[in-house]
Amino acid sequence: MVSIRLTVDNVERTAEVEPRTLLVHALREQLGKVGTVVGCDTSNCGACTVLLDGESVKSCSVLAVQADGSTVDTVQGLAQPDGTLHPIQQAFHEHHGLQCGYCTPGMLMRAVCLLSENPTPTEEEVRHGMEGNMCRCTGYQGIVDAVMAASQAMSDSYGANQSSIAEPAGVAS
Amino acid sequence: MSHLSARPENPVVGEALPHESAVLHVTGRALYTDDLHPRTKDVLHAWPVQSPHAHARVTQLEVCAAYEIPGVVRVLTAGDVPGVNDSGTKNDEPLFPDEVCFVGQAVCWVLGETLEAARLGAAEVRVDYEPLRSIVTIADAIKADSYQGATRTVRRGNAMSALARAAHTFTGEITFAGQEHFYLETHASLATVGDDGRVFVQSSTQHPTETQEIVAHVLGVGAHEVTVQCLRMGGGFGGKEEQPHGFAAVAALGATLTGRPVRVRLNRTQDLTMTGKRHGFHAAWRVGFDHDGHLVALQTTLTSDGGWSLDLSEPVLARALCHVDNAYWIPDVEIVGRVARTHKTSQTAFRGFGGPQGMLVTEDIIGRCAPLLGIEPHELRRRNFYTDGQTTPYGQVVHQTERLVRAWDQVTSTAELERRRGALAGFNAAHEHVKRGLAITPVKFGISFNFTAMNQGGALVHVYRDGTVLINHGGTEMGQGLHTKMLQVAATALGVPLSRVRLAPTRTDKVPNTSATAASAGADLNGGAIKDACEQILARLRPVAAERMEVPVEDVRFEGGEVRAGERSMPWAELVHTAYLSRVQLFAAGYYRTEGIHWDPEIMHGTPFKYFAYGVAAAEVEVDGFTGAYRTRRVDIVHDVGDSLSPLVDIGQIEGGFVQGAGWLTLEDLRWDESDDPERRGRLTTQSASTYKLPSLSEMPEELNVALLERAHEEGVVYGSKAVGEPPLMLAFSVREALRQACAAFGPTGHSVVLDSPATPEAVFWALDEARRAYRPAVPEPTELGHPVQVTQV
Ligand code: FES
Ligand code: FES
Repeated sequence: MVSIRLTVDNVERTAEVEPRTLLVHALREQLGKVGTVVGCDTSNCGACTVLLDGESVKSCSVLAVQADGSTVDTVQGLAQPDGTLHPIQQAFHEHHGLQCGYCTPGMLMRAVCLLSENPTPTEEEVRHGMEGNMCRCTGYQGIVDAVMAASQAMSDSYGANQSSIAEPAGVAS
Repeated sequence: MSHLSARPENPVVGEALPHESAVLHVTGRALYTDDLHPRTKDVLHAWPVQSPHAHARVTQLEVCAAYEIPGVVRVLTAGDVPGVNDSGTKNDEPLFPDEVCFVGQAVCWVLGETLEAARLGAAEVRVDYEPLRSIVTIADAIKADSYQGATRTVRRGNAMSALARAAHTFTGEITFAGQEHFYLETHASLATVGDDGRVFVQSSTQHPTETQEIVAHVLGVGAHEVTVQCLRMGGGFGGKEEQPHGFAAVAALGATLTGRPVRVRLNRTQDLTMTGKRHGFHAAWRVGFDHDGHLVALQTTLTSDGGWSLDLSEPVLARALCHVDNAYWIPDVEIVGRVARTHKTSQTAFRGFGGPQGMLVTEDIIGRCAPLLGIEPHELRRRNFYTDGQTTPYGQVVHQTERLVRAWDQVTSTAELERRRGALAGFNAAHEHVKRGLAITPVKFGISFNFTAMNQGGALVHVYRDGTVLINHGGTEMGQGLHTKMLQVAATALGVPLSRVRLAPTRTDKVPNTSATAASAGADLNGGAIKDACEQILARLRPVAAERMEVPVEDVRFEGGEVRAGERSMPWAELVHTAYLSRVQLFAAGYYRTEGIHWDPEIMHGTPFKYFAYGVAAAEVEVDGFTGAYRTRRVDIVHDVGDSLSPLVDIGQIEGGFVQGAGWLTLEDLRWDESDDPERRGRLTTQSASTYKLPSLSEMPEELNVALLERAHEEGVVYGSKAVGEPPLMLAFSVREALRQACAAFGPTGHSVVLDSPATPEAVFWALDEARRAYRPAVPEPTELGHPVQVTQV
């Protein structure tokens, strides 16, 4: 057994794992993060996607020991502590980007990473960037719509923040 | 308008709402069956010992060595079964077999403190086999006369003499592949035993009642000793209708023997190698047309690949035979169906349940014969549509055909098919190595279970004293949005806001004797039952309201959380509280059964379907002549869902169904090892997502337009809606037929393209290559490139 330390969804955690334990199993079985699911076991479906130090990875193809000392963000840490949904969560909810929901955690985490690298992707870029995540239910249309909508919402609010910095409240009279 | 279908003013049904669990899904809080074990104490994990042979007798089973592995707690074998050693309902699927019938079949199961201990223990179990002769392909099964179940025939008129009289006759054959469900959540069960010995099984099952029955018969106890609950599924598609029972039984048996919770969760390869898939079929046919291209006769024999056991093969076959006609009137018909027995997984239900396979035969025939008749495929299809009052080959009168025509015309005009056909001809003339194809195809799909008895639904509705409502019904949620629709039905029926209604997970101790959530019938059956329960409650509340407001009973209406009569009103919650104090029952069990259907399975005749769902799709593809690689440029769909209960849900079902159908017809290529090597024969060689190609984002149509057919009220169904789960899958024939036409464009006019299914890029390449060769008929064709049987004019 090996002891690892990692920050999961903003909380410092430790776990005793075997060297062979996959990150997804450590998350689900030792750290109680069952929101991250296993779909294929062979790094094809993306259902298990989490952010490892900000980069999206398929947690079924990362050893838990490789995550030692790292930050891991799962779908369960996306919303704000008060429950306010992240724009990507809001968009999947509103645009029917899910049916059975099993692919959703991975889709969201991949989308978060995609939008951090490319905040205003074209539809083409979304299709390309999300290609490693599979959905058996939706036919993907709602998923693409949701990522596009989230990009829009995030850049709108970014724009709003920018302008509020430029013109602090109360200055204009 | 019927009482069942009429909507009140401002109904909650019809609102475009997100999925009821969407917030749970996006926050990762939604629990699936296998998410329960980390929060359950002392769980044992199960691992199967799987057969390496396609067919063999088990001569010895030696389990002692497994117990040497630290952490192994128990090995489950046939001797442990107190009841019936069978995981199905037909007594042909032993849970612990002494004869294995497919590679991957579980011989016994090992329970361990950890999954790893169970796995290592399973590796230590010694099984001696005596290999037996195996049959892997349908062709071999036909040759060996290896069939199971009854042979059925749908017959009308005299197909043979009509063929003899027909102006044009053609004959051909096709063998087409099955499909893996690949629900993203694999099979999972978790069983616990209560203080009184009763068993509670949480299972990812579309058919909790049957899972309960199988668990009970394996344990040798009454159904009332077993409760099955399904929280939700990460996809089902028919793959969890019949298949979960054995896994639930293993978990339950392990739990009763050890007194500890037992978890069975298949990893993906186990799921692929142990559980059933869509049936592949073989069909041989003779078809006749008159001088104008009207179908006059069809004789066909369909053979489905049932795998090792009967499972749902007979009803799947029945539905296939009832869908060979698709949307077309064929006066004289003989359709024979039989189920082959092969040494493969037990093939089972899959979205469409045989309907797609039946339709494929006729769509393939039309696609192949159109060039030989010199008629454009779209024209040939349109010319053969049913008209109202004609009957199907199995005797059901066809109604609402104007809907099909409207959908066809709407797609033709909104997708500008006339203009695009011209543009496409120009493109093809200008490009030697890239060709485009554009096809439009219809869907007519019968709704109701063929087996009449299954067309019943149950529900339980509780109104609590504070006016909140809890509903429970017999259907399961697998992403299709059934629960969303059922909440909308209850809110509409009671006239309360959606926020007042909640839904509890599907459990056999709440609503008993339920039918599988299948045949697209979940909303029709359970919606009818919920509405019934709500109306019983309102009937009891109405006199209370009338007395309280001093108005005639018949004036009382329930709307938007208010109880109204003329000018007067009172809040719903207040009425409920008053009713409670007046000792009025505030809960009800609802029940619904589909009226007006009947079916004789022996002679394959009757009116098995309540109604037909219609749809039309047009697809345009572009094919590369060097590789056969293709992309779908545009798809336009108009689909009939009646008056939609929940438009966002329905559009999602149409898009998802279409893509899944396109997967079956073009990408998903199940391969079984047909070699004679005893180490390999019968193995599924596509046993993970790395070798089994699923539709991904990169195969999405570049443009996908979906519209719901308007003016589509359905009289006989809850709030005027129609079922939507399965029919859209068959819209994907448009893609297959567009590929055929693109291939044809590589050859001379009049060339009939034989296209394999799935039409993978490789298959498309061979088809277009054959079309190119048709320009040079003098060159003798190498036989290995040819298809076994060509369409020929007889
Ligand atoms: S489970 Fe990790 S990619 Fe499928
Ligand atoms: S919503 Fe079911 S797999 Fe994507």
